[in-house]
Amino acid sequence: MSTSAPTPTEERDPKAAERPAEDLRQQVYDSPKEKLIKYALGACALVSVLTTLGIAAVLVIESIPFFQTVALTEFFGDTQWTPQFSEKHFGIWALLAGTLLVTVISAIVALPVGLASAIFISEYAPRWLRKTLKPSLELLAGVPTVVYGYFALTFVTPLLQAFIPGLGVYNALSAGIVVGIMIIPMVASLSEDALQAVPDSLTKAAYALGATKYEAVVRVNVPAAFSGIMASFILAVSRAIGETMIVTLAAGATPKATLDPTQSIQTMTAFIVQVSKGDTPQGTIVYQSIFAVGLVLFLITLALNIFANRVTLHYQEEY
Amino acid sequence: MEPSPNGSFQTRRSRRKRVGMILAGILFLATIFGVVVLITLLVDVIFSARPWLDGQFIQSFPSRFPEEAGIKSALFGSLWLMGLTALISVPLGVASAVYLEEYAQDGWFLRLIQINIANLAGVPSVVYGILGLSLFVRFAALGQSLLAGALTLSLLILPIIIISTQEALRSIPSGIRESAYALGGTRWQVIYSHVLPMAAPGIFTGVILALSRAIGETAPLILIGALTFVPFLPQGALDQFTALPIQIFNWTARPQSEFEGLAAAAIVILMILLFTMNLTAILLRNYFEERRAGT
Repeated sequence: MSTSAPTPTEERDPKAAERPAEDLRQQVYDSPKEKLIKYALGACALVSVLTTLGIAAVLVIESIPFFQTVALTEFFGDTQWTPQFSEKHFGIWALLAGTLLVTVISAIVALPVGLASAIFISEYAPRWLRKTLKPSLELLAGVPTVVYGYFALTFVTPLLQAFIPGLGVYNALSAGIVVGIMIIPMVASLSEDALQAVPDSLTKAAYALGATKYEAVVRVNVPAAFSGIMASFILAVSRAIGETMIVTLAAGATPKATLDPTQSIQTMTAFIVQVSKGDTPQGTIVYQSIFAVGLVLFLITLALNIFANRVTLHYQEEY
Repeated sequence: MEPSPNGSFQTRRSRRKRVGMILAGILFLATIFGVVVLITLLVDVIFSARPWLDGQFIQSFPSRFPEEAGIKSALFGSLWLMGLTALISVPLGVASAVYLEEYAQDGWFLRLIQINIANLAGVPSVVYGILGLSLFVRFAALGQSLLAGALTLSLLILPIIIISTQEALRSIPSGIRESAYALGGTRWQVIYSHVLPMAAPGIFTGVILALSRAIGETAPLILIGALTFVPFLPQGALDQFTALPIQIFNWTARPQSEFEGLAAAAIVILMILLFTMNLTAILLRNYFEERRAGT
């Protein structure tokens, strides 16, 4: 038995409090058979680390041939993306602009609606309504993205065409709105968690000072949960950037650096799908380009996710 | 006439109350927006699907002619995928979570794995498709097979299974472990005969939700090269395949309006499958939550 094991009474850091069995486990003797089980389980846990390494390795290694042909200055300097034409341009900005456009539209839809849902469910809804609303939001979150894509193309686009004459079949607006609808449940459930984590004493103090319900919610609860709400926004935006089927079906396949939502555009994800569903031969520059685009996509979403996790950790420590 | 301080308080108070009422109304409308969209989507799909949904649709293979087309191979492909994915991802995910919660000691290694899993959960599914294409289809030479698809989907849902299993394990009171150790149980005996059975409902719920995510995924399957026209049923894990989402994507992307109806009909089948799974998970969770609250 290890002599350096800390005694349960002294110096418990907050992390150990979360893992109540920690101290207990350190006192347990392991037979060789038990050790074997431990290492086998540990090996399984390593699979997730290997997955990350695998993704990074595949994206980097497979995009090396691409960057040997296309200089980084062209990749980040050009504003045209025309791999299928005879005169090929590989300027990632055209795809980034399309992704950005869809993401911004989806954020405009999802962030206010998601936050409002979170506030309503967490602060206003009576118990019975809460029990109906939460599962239906979960069902909304469970709808496959290809179904949303069908909905965007066959329902939302014709609906928008009734209001905006001359709107094409493929446009960023319809795709963006539906991506927004898709991420509402994510914003709602993560923001609701943040609101629930606000100590009750803060709300009660606001009431004691004579605040009405709306004043307590808007001036106390929401600001107190601010970093959690921000984290939910960032994660939802990251999800919107990586969304694939809705934009493939509804946003079109014409990469262009535009900020006009009625135009047909192409996102990074939609380009990857377009190339891989066609019969582009392996080893061609077009085929190699999907790995380069995948790398950019991976890095952007990874940066956002790490940022969101940082923000979340920050707010967990506050109370 | 100058209003008395009391009257001014009354007007301000009723105005503050009114603002609150309006806000509550707006919040309620925003909340039911999601529900309204969900209902609209379902009604729209069912309406378009009605002329196409019949026994022939389920029993036929895909066809160039909309009247003869069906989803038999796609349905079987999806069920195969789900089965294989469950076989790969559930043991791996539960074992990882057990290691992280019950064995690993707090330190940089545990934190690294935790951060890693949180980040993996946020990687876009199309990137998993690229990984599957390079690693399983080409490097491991599995080809465009069910196994390659199931391995890719397994990696995709592994973080979800691990996270939900960890939560289930964390909710088991440490008194259970203490009493089992006190009776002389070894580490594995404590986990296998006490902790895991108690956490089983929670784990099961997480697994169902993860699998329902896997069954609806389209992009990774397109990336690894799932076929769109498969006039045969898969006989083994190394056969080529198609799946319901692939078929829906293919039919939706076609310009002819008949195929739109077929896509809607396939969506109805997929959604029935998904709603059954989701509902099972939600009911299961509510049931056990209430039972736990009761004790």
